[in-house]
Amino acid sequence: MTTDEAPKTSQPFQFYSRLHLRELTGVKAKNLKELVSFLKVVPDAVIYHHTHHFLQQHQSLSPEPTNDFSHWVTFALNEVELGEKLASINAIEFPSIQELRAKIVSTIENFLEKTKRELREANEGQELYFLKSISFIFPTPYQVTSLEEFVAALEKVTTDSIYFHMFEARLYRGKGTNDFSIWCQQALGETELAKQISRLDSYTYTLEGLRGKIIALGRARLKKTA
Amino acid sequence: MPLLKEYEPFTGPQTIEELYLLAEKTRPRVIQNINSTAVGGGVAEILSRMLPLMQELGVNAKWDVIKGGEKFFKVTKKFHNALHGKSEEITQEDFTVFDEASEMNRKSMELSGDIIFIHDPQPIALVLQKNSLKAKWLWRCHIDVSNPDPKVWNFLRPFIDLYDAAVFSAQAFSPELPIRQFLITPSIDPLSDKNKELSLVTIESVLKKFNLDLEKPIVTQVSRFDYLKDPLGVIEAFEMVQRHTDCQLVLVGGTATDDPESTEVLAKTLDRASGNPDIHVLAIPSGSDIEINALQRASSVVVQKSIKEGFGLTVAEALWKGRPVVASAVGGITLQVVHKYSGLLCHSIEGTAHSIKQLLQNPEYAKKLGENGREHVRQNFLLTRHLKEYLLLFLSLFHKGEIIYL
Repeated sequence: MTTDEAPKTSQPFQFYSRLHLRELTGVKAKNLKELVSFLKVVPDAVIYHHTHHFLQQHQSLSPEPTNDFSHWVTFALNEVELGEKLASINAIEFPSIQELRAKIVSTIENFLEKTKRELREANEGQELYFLKSISFIFPTPYQVTSLEEFVAALEKVTTDSIYFHMFEARLYRGKGTNDFSIWCQQALGETELAKQISRLDSYTYTLEGLRGKIIALGRARLKKTA
Repeated sequence: MPLLKEYEPFTGPQTIEELYLLAEKTRPRVIQNINSTAVGGGVAEILSRMLPLMQELGVNAKWDVIKGGEKFFKVTKKFHNALHGKSEEITQEDFTVFDEASEMNRKSMELSGDIIFIHDPQPIALVLQKNSLKAKWLWRCHIDVSNPDPKVWNFLRPFIDLYDAAVFSAQAFSPELPIRQFLITPSIDPLSDKNKELSLVTIESVLKKFNLDLEKPIVTQVSRFDYLKDPLGVIEAFEMVQRHTDCQLVLVGGTATDDPESTEVLAKTLDRASGNPDIHVLAIPSGSDIEINALQRASSVVVQKSIKEGFGLTVAEALWKGRPVVASAVGGITLQVVHKYSGLLCHSIEGTAHSIKQLLQNPEYAKKLGENGREHVRQNFLLTRHLKEYLLLFLSLFHKGEIIYL
């Protein structure tokens, strides 16, 4: 595709959305040893929930809260240094939940090895309760066949839809990258735009901020064709 | 009752569209809600607001109430207290009364739903009919069962284990059970008298009615007069604040003449507050929703210094009004207040005083917390979210796995 042609395709992009329900596991940790032992065995859906739900639950807060493990270690156990290390684990750098889980586990285990003092316990009621997300996925009315339509639809879909295509596709449904980049690359042949979207440090944006950023990238590309 | 479209300004049109989509998938099933009372109490309040919305969506949802005499309800009240961890003397006769009333309801009640949605412990034993019906059974527990009296809990457990799934309001209430458990938090209705927008004239008229100073910052706690809400602790914290900042405290709650403990706590609170003209203890009739709404809206800081809390919807009410909140880090409050993002959490009287001072002296910071809090409630604690999760819950009963394509 040349730069002076507005990108179109015969392979439409169907926008989906995702709603979720939180399922309780009945398992709770009150100190770091318990946390790390449960982290090794809980289903992927649990790791996914605790490292991602804040994106949808606190989408307007700036700066955003970190993942649940960091938040709990910092505020319930008062282990500020470890909390900071866990907060700085950037999920975008991990291609799968298994690898993200391994990083979280090794960060806590390294801390435990170095810490000689007695471990702190969470107060009653402040334990970390393990949850998982049940995802319900359904098509939205938006289906597009050109970059122009794609950008226009991005302005209208819910943040749940953006979340689904940017986060859930990559890490939870194991696609390795986000749906938007896959379509831009495979259907539109827009390699550069696909790279720009997948390079976004998506976890540091609010969902509205992320929407704005992807729209801006799409518009910049369209401007070149104008 | 408000129509769904009236919620659109708060949720956006897509949320309402999503509700219609979920309802369409739920529609072939009949949802039969069963609880123990048609009026009074939180469960009846939620059902009375939720059911018309489900019906507007075309979901075949109905609501039945079990029967029980005075003896039965005395026993279930004891169960309720014991499940909350309060010490209660429960005899074998109490269990017999419960079993007999449950048996009578099993015989007399028509159980015709595809999903039988049982609310709280009173109707819990209807599940013994499960084998004779094809329905899915859900138990919705609205109470804090994190430290239940084992005698009552062990009595109820065989019933709970027969359900297809249970629903709790906070993760801390979730015990280990052999059945699936879901977390669905309660909600507030933005269109109810307690939460709707009020004019400045209405707010000022309420302040004048209670002889409050319109110029002085107001710190408010809304709660019934109960030791677990720690009104005396609030006064102590307020007096620490008052040493450096000119402000007034409002402790407001409904009166309950049938609760001797509430009368005792109110008397102690009034006694402790006497001599301090800036402390206003307001015992007002239950149902004074406009007054509560106005007092929350007029407050510079809203406090919820509970020692134990089920969910604490007064926190969501205050956050919805954009008020900065200082609250104890207990029960469901920690789901509503994310420390330093949507309010300040505290663990002591001194911490409460320190947080109130911070907010009174830094109005910009307080405003930001209030704005974040309102947005957090808009996204997570409105009736429409509650309705959406109930529909998802119904659908989850008919699908396996963690990713469900509708």
